Amino acid sequence: MEISLNGAPHQLGEQLSVAGLVANLNLANQAIAVAVNRSVIARQRWEEYRLQEHDQVDVVRAIGGG
Amino acid sequence: MSQTTPSFTIAGKTYSSRLLVGSGKYRDLEQTRLATEASGADIITVAIRRVNIGQDPNAPSLLEAVPPSRYTILPNSAGCYNAKDAVYTLQLGRELLGGQKLTKLEVLGDEKSLFPNMPETLTAAKILVAEGFDVMVYCSDDPIQAKMLEDIGCVAVMPLASLIGSGMGILNPWNLSLIIERATVPILVDAGVGTASDAAIAMELGCDGVLMNTAIAGAQDPVRMARAMKLAVEAGREAYLAGRMPKKFAGSPSSPMAGRVV
Repeated sequence: MEISLNGAPHQLGEQLSVAGLVANLNLANQAIAVAVNRSVIARQRWEEYRLQEHDQVDVVRAIGGG
Repeated sequence: MSQTTPSFTIAGKTYSSRLLVGSGKYRDLEQTRLATEASGADIITVAIRRVNIGQDPNAPSLLEAVPPSRYTILPNSAGCYNAKDAVYTLQLGRELLGGQKLTKLEVLGDEKSLFPNMPETLTAAKILVAEGFDVMVYCSDDPIQAKMLEDIGCVAVMPLASLIGSGMGILNPWNLSLIIERATVPILVDAGVGTASDAAIAMELGCDGVLMNTAIAGAQDPVRMARAMKLAVEAGREAYLAGRMPKKFAGSPSSPMAGRVV
């Protein structure tokens, strides 16, 4: 199935949870935040939250800024 | 904490440094780390941006150079041009920092001036305060709208001294004074400081603090400028508390006239 990941199409081989997606991206232990369809998904809900076809997922981090 | 400069409080938390610094525009993370340390700042602003998918996840990250265990990390909505995007960005920032309420709202008006869009800033401030955020807000130096932001419930109001990244210094000290006189929350100059004297002037006007990024990161020697800014903010605060002498139109000798040898 296809989702939008950080604004670009992204294929998932199977239906995944947010935790599964984050693990696939090798970001499991990083300081990141995730939103699906512009709703923030708290880290403690990553396991239970199942991604759906066409979901728009944002994965963000902190970078230098003013 | 400095021996001479009392600390100040934002949203119930006390900070020893009245200098707040951004973490952008440095050569690398090591320079970010060194300049941040030299500034003596407690509060460091960061931007919230999408992860580059596919990049090395083990590459050094900003939060290693500026660790949340040592600093208060202030997520910023820089780069947002409407209230909706700014609120979304800061919701992500709160989650990223484990539910931290303190946040910096900034809604820009156009890409050339980076002047704040005040109607959108006011809208976003209302939403964020209602959602329980402690909002430090970047704004124009309009005393009426600064007061509106305070009335909405923002915990600090941060008017520009001049345009973001311009280094033009304090262009309208009179407006800043009007804002400071009326305020019951901390007023910080955010944006426009170019060199140490600008920071000192902001503090002499009675600002509670100064937030800057480019003035340090854009200096020839950012680490040294960070130290200069630390001293300037402390000096300006001390001068404000000391109360400057009145200005006079005529000269006034410092030495007594009596007992001269001629």
